[in-house]
Amino acid sequence: MELANIEKLLIKYENAETTLEEEALLKKYFLSDTVAPHLKEYQPIFEYFKASNNETFTNKINFKTKTRNFTWLPVAASVALLVSMYLGSTKFNEYQQRKAATKTLAEITEALKMVSSNLKKGHQAFNKLYVYEDSVYKIFKK
Amino acid sequence: MNQSDFLKVVLPFKDKVFRLAKRFLVSTEEAEDATQELIFKLWKNKDKLANYRNIEAFAMTMTKNYCYDRLKSKQASNLKLIHSNYKEKETSLDKKLEYMDSVRKVHLLIENLPDQQKLIIQLRDIEQYDFEEICSMLQMKPTAVRVSLSRARKTIREQLTKQHNYGVS
Repeated sequence: MELANIEKLLIKYENAETTLEEEALLKKYFLSDTVAPHLKEYQPIFEYFKASNNETFTNKINFKTKTRNFTWLPVAASVALLVSMYLGSTKFNEYQQRKAATKTLAEITEALKMVSSNLKKGHQAFNKLYVYEDSVYKIFKK
Repeated sequence: MNQSDFLKVVLPFKDKVFRLAKRFLVSTEEAEDATQELIFKLWKNKDKLANYRNIEAFAMTMTKNYCYDRLKSKQASNLKLIHSNYKEKETSLDKKLEYMDSVRKVHLLIENLPDQQKLIIQLRDIEQYDFEEICSMLQMKPTAVRVSLSRARKTIREQLTKQHNYGVS
């Protein structure tokens, strides 16, 4: 492309009046090796535009960012509920058992106390008997 | 719309979204996060997408808004400056160095433009959208877009010439 044309396009370019096609022409010209010396200063601009257009987004697109997956929540909740129910019932049973045990223990101790007090009575009676027997023995021996 | 349909819609412009995000958020990681976030937002609203005439333009508008929001938030206030390496053509070494330098300078010059001009330069000169599309993306009038673009182009070129002539940066 002839120089005069390029110069005209450059003026239009700076006034933002060029079309995309004209800008493509300019780009092509400045990226070639035949840039006129007095236009060299434009070269880095177009070089830069071209270079910046090469950057790409290479990360994998993630569709799950920052959304919590709630499908497992009900499952976890029901499991927690079941476990707590199980634990609660075992605890309750244990408590009931302990209560029953203390009650029976109390009953047994009561009964044993009665037995022992009765036995004591019997023992005292025996003691009297011994005293009686001793005295009888003494009398008959003498 | 299932995932593969959605990807067919999104894939053609995901790089453009990424580049626009990178222009504003500077670091690659930030731009990747932004792109991911944006695509995910589109995916969540996939049922409403059919109502939009031009999904790509809509996505670019969303990207722009997202970037402005990010820049406003405190979280992004300490973004790192990272310069990418640009490939250059075969020339002799010192010329090459000088040349690479000016290509990098263009990056800095664009960086220093006002947000709107930066945005328009990105959309027009890098992504090559036509004026109508840019107008619909930015909800701006064509004349306003042209004025802004012209200012941006002139600023870049003038700054380059200045630096070239005086050798000061």
